[in-house]
Amino acid sequence: MSIKGKAYLAGIYEHPTRHAPDKSTAQLHAECARGALIDAGLTKHDIDGYICAGDAPGGVMAMADYMGLKVRHLDSTETGGCSYIIALGHAAEAINAGKASIVLVTLAGKPRTGAMPPRAVGPEVDFEAAYQATTHNIYGMCALRHMHDYGTTSEQLAWVKVAASHHAQYNPHAMLKDVVTVEDVINSPLISDPLHRLDCCVVSDGGGAIIVTSEEIARSLKQPLVRMIGHGEALKGPRGGKDLDLTYSAGVWSGPAAFAEAGVKPSDMKYASIYDSFTITVIMQLEDIGFCEKGQGGKFVADGNLISGVGKLPWNTDGGGLCNNHPVNRGGMTKILEAVRQLRGEAHPKVQVPNCDLAVVHGTGGLLGVRHAASTAILERV
Amino acid sequence: METTAKKYPAPEGNPETKEYWEAAAKGKLLFKRCTACNEPHYFPRSICPFCFSDQTVWEESSGEAEIYTFSLMRKSATGPYAIGYVTLKEGPSLLTNFVDCDLATLKIGQKVKVVFKPTDGAPLPFFTPA
Repeated sequence: MSIKGKAYLAGIYEHPTRHAPDKSTAQLHAECARGALIDAGLTKHDIDGYICAGDAPGGVMAMADYMGLKVRHLDSTETGGCSYIIALGHAAEAINAGKASIVLVTLAGKPRTGAMPPRAVGPEVDFEAAYQATTHNIYGMCALRHMHDYGTTSEQLAWVKVAASHHAQYNPHAMLKDVVTVEDVINSPLISDPLHRLDCCVVSDGGGAIIVTSEEIARSLKQPLVRMIGHGEALKGPRGGKDLDLTYSAGVWSGPAAFAEAGVKPSDMKYASIYDSFTITVIMQLEDIGFCEKGQGGKFVADGNLISGVGKLPWNTDGGGLCNNHPVNRGGMTKILEAVRQLRGEAHPKVQVPNCDLAVVHGTGGLLGVRHAASTAILERV
Repeated sequence: METTAKKYPAPEGNPETKEYWEAAAKGKLLFKRCTACNEPHYFPRSICPFCFSDQTVWEESSGEAEIYTFSLMRKSATGPYAIGYVTLKEGPSLLTNFVDCDLATLKIGQKVKVVFKPTDGAPLPFFTPA
């Protein structure tokens, strides 16, 4: 049984705020839900499935109650930033099984205004917590080993940020709208070797929401038809310390699974949303899901290859997490949103891919060099 | 960049890892080996993460290791520090910090050895150039 073509993205919304000291986190979730409902032409009473991740205030029960939702399907798989790409797959499974017909997924938060929700601790805590893992140094460790094994350079990493900045200049909501050069990136201060400040994504408040439904309902609504034709999810950790290899991610499993279900290849993609928590994350994930051979990601992204209208693979045309926004330090939701805009033909004209009918959305969540999950979705305009 | 004396959190411990922390108090680094599949692993579990046998036993590491990768965090509330993975001579890799050295000279492949640092509870293993 496959979920190919079983789920349609009927409504999307990206909150315009990037700094929200005057709003509560729950309020932002509800504002995103409202926005997606309006986009779809639905009301709250139409929703019969709801998904949020573990960071939402009080979790899925408290959020569903706060918004006054009456649902028959609930899910709250917590895999950090890729939770929302996984949610897309789980929504499709529920719709395909007849357990829900209209599923709402929300993300919102305010890391720019206040503290992040605490990370849950696992059985590794006594053996790892004292060593002060942060996103910067964990992704830095991956980057250093990738450079060591494959000769990847800081200049190649910088090209990822350069591409993001070229796109962000056209996004009025983007936090960082200035176009930057490779030199700007490698001359910015080192945060955690070998990552510079401009290799790191922004910290922003905000959020987003999607509404996932069946073909029959999507056809009765107003938006252009965008459906998911393949999905994959996977996870990777140090696994008892055996054969440690930080140069690849769980995308090596989620990517091929999604492409196989969809019956398409990476080279068929007209657009790619790839979670850019850091520049190295994009290079590793492009390799892992099959856009190039392992170790060739640096060469693949160089010389503007990810810039819409310039390179072969238009990528994160909203400016991504590196320049646009990064609500709750979780980039999966915004990756889905820009892919849907591209497939609808609603991206900014300066970055819209002509006749964009196939797109991939991919992200990782958790900590890339420790425990992380990955999820891949292939979307198609019908 | 020199590391400075820093206060580390005390491990909470639990019945599954009690022997590990008792050994750490004596300056010994333990790992687990499965007697069914012979694979060593770290951090220690009672059930083997590879073959799921419950026949796991404690083994003492030589404390000799090699740096797999690292990252030098330039700023933090407690000053610069270097996090990394080392691969023990006995096989398993583990997350750690590098101490008692010039952090700017660390290299992938460098030989390191275990050194324990005190906490308010059991001491914690760190690594320093051999």
